[in-house]
Amino acid sequence: MPQRILLGDEAVALAAVHAGISTAYAYPGTPSTEILEYLLEHKEREGGPHAAWCANEKTAYEEALGTCFAGRRSIVCMKHVGLNVAADPFVNSALVSMHGGLVVAVADDPGMHSSQNEQDSRWYADFARVPCMEPATQQEAYDMTREAYDVSERFGVPVMLRLVTRLSHSRTNVQVGEMRGENALHKAPKADTWVLLPGNARRQWSSLVARQKDVLAWSEASRWNLLNLRPGRKLGVITTGIARNYYRENARALKDEPSHLHIGTYPIPEAHVRALAAHCDEILVLEDGYPYVERMMRGILPGRTKIMGRMSGELPPTGELSPEIVRAALGLPALPVLDLDGLLLPNRPPQLCQGCPHGHSYNALKEALEGMGATMVTADIGCYTLGALPPYSSIESCVCMGASIGMAKGAAEAGFEHVVAVIGDGTFLHSGTASLADAAAADTPMTVLILDNQATAMTGVQDPLIASSRLQAIVEGVGVKPEHLKIVDAHPRKVHETADVLRKEMAHRGLSVVIAVRECKVAHAKHARIPEAVAR
Amino acid sequence: MKYDIVLSGVGGQGVLSMAALIGRAAVLEGLNAKQSEVHGMAQRGGAVQAHLRLSDEVIESDLIPRGGADLVLSLEPVEALRYVAWLSPTGTLITSANALVNIPNYPEMDGILAKIRALPHSCVIEAERLADEAGHLQAVNTVMVGAASRLLPLKFESLEQSVRQTFARKGDAVLNVNLKAFASGRQAFA
Repeated sequence: MPQRILLGDEAVALAAVHAGISTAYAYPGTPSTEILEYLLEHKEREGGPHAAWCANEKTAYEEALGTCFAGRRSIVCMKHVGLNVAADPFVNSALVSMHGGLVVAVADDPGMHSSQNEQDSRWYADFARVPCMEPATQQEAYDMTREAYDVSERFGVPVMLRLVTRLSHSRTNVQVGEMRGENALHKAPKADTWVLLPGNARRQWSSLVARQKDVLAWSEASRWNLLNLRPGRKLGVITTGIARNYYRENARALKDEPSHLHIGTYPIPEAHVRALAAHCDEILVLEDGYPYVERMMRGILPGRTKIMGRMSGELPPTGELSPEIVRAALGLPALPVLDLDGLLLPNRPPQLCQGCPHGHSYNALKEALEGMGATMVTADIGCYTLGALPPYSSIESCVCMGASIGMAKGAAEAGFEHVVAVIGDGTFLHSGTASLADAAAADTPMTVLILDNQATAMTGVQDPLIASSRLQAIVEGVGVKPEHLKIVDAHPRKVHETADVLRKEMAHRGLSVVIAVRECKVAHAKHARIPEAVAR
Repeated sequence: MKYDIVLSGVGGQGVLSMAALIGRAAVLEGLNAKQSEVHGMAQRGGAVQAHLRLSDEVIESDLIPRGGADLVLSLEPVEALRYVAWLSPTGTLITSANALVNIPNYPEMDGILAKIRALPHSCVIEAERLADEAGHLQAVNTVMVGAASRLLPLKFESLEQSVRQTFARKGDAVLNVNLKAFASGRQAFA
């Protein structure tokens, strides 16, 4: 079989192509972005399958669902918090009778390298009652993705592929297989299985719950769960996903290798867990993310087996696992390390690029707010979130995609006099328009500052879905008064001018929107290279 | 055989380019390689690291354990010291001498270099000067891979081939600058 060097994300993407997908949809988010990046390049090179960035994870999910509704296979990709945005279609799509396979590739970010939280998507799969597969290696990412389509079509449900940062962003050799063709276009045999009116939904829900025993039987028979019982061992170890790599890295140093269960599919293969528990007195649970398996095993009533993990302190309660954390949990001494005799190195946090237009906008905002008294600046998610750090220290909140506008409205309506919401053009389109409609309907006294850099920059500079020239029409379209919609240039020489515009609009006792326009410098450089790329 | 490398620098300096040059050479020799990278937020001018593991056996963890690295290869002195905890006491730290000062509290260079020289095995390379002499400042990554080439468990020919494969499509001028940079980095390692 041919070998390729692939990131975990790329292995998922290529496997989806080889599984015969017709479409792929996503919203960029670290560490999931490279799945669709790969599929876009693949489409460019090979002419298909169709792949596209979407306005947000919910629209991406629904577009993928439409492909499955037409009987064909699709992949939808997102980061863990993106699944919160797509939760509505995700949970409901478990109730329809899916005849075209759907894989939901969700990349979790334990340790929060580039995220607001470290939520564990396995709970979501459980909540929606759908199978979940969790690869430990890039090879498994490829193999599981292919298999996930068959599982999806066999049980008529979406299948979640749970990835984590260290798998998504690590590259190695992957053996790839043959390409399967696309499914034929065909509607569902019975249309009412897709119409979730209460009468239908109750029947579909009962059917989904009834299928759980078959799904469990599939999981228990799956080759991705490996049980290795060793006679006479007191200790058993359960690993899930990439925790197995850290375990194996250290296990060779153990005198008596424990009995070991590796879990790669969910629902949790309960029979294997019981077999392991019957075989040993204590079980150490190693999983990257929340203590999902550990908590299920503990339940509420005390059991015979001692369970060790994040909840009992053998592993840290939060953060990602690492080889050394697992080493300590196994009772092995730490490897000797060199130290710097107490030398403390300064942190080097990420920062806005030299000459970034956001910097100029923040300078203008700072100037506008000076001497204003009680002010509040809510903000959002993107490169501009770095405006919370020195030297700008300009923004006071970052909670979830689109939150800046809604929070500004609530704060203004609670009585704060000068409230500014800072949001990028990508985030505005993702989930800012609905809250802007709220603010326009109430004509809330607040100012929305849209930083329009014509790119989704933080995740690697994806092109905007909607050109800057059309942002203005959207803002006016939800009811913002044209006289309080101002377009400014985020240029260093325009800082005072912009500050002036902001001050005037903040004085207005109603909703105002200021759009600061200037292309992201990285995007500009990328676009400047395009002619060369075409020539090649 | 197993050889673990922590590569470090500041976002935008080309840490992944160094990793790619070494990784490509390892693949040419039929070795297994795993390369864990940092994408996303940290790439914007922050501290960046990559873990590159080479072996003729199965590589389990994507991450190198603390105390396990055979080599820390850095494009920046402070970023080199940041990963000393990953270095095995028998491992070597190789860093560019050139500071990238984009933080207000950047420490005194003398103290940093003294710490580096006090390690059991270390080498400081005048990477920017060598790259400039080779023809382009951008070739610092190639200079550093050249410096590491004395220690890497890879043949000189494979590494040079990797440089050729990486830069050939950018034209003869760029390729020659990088071949020169690789050779001068290799020579500078002492």
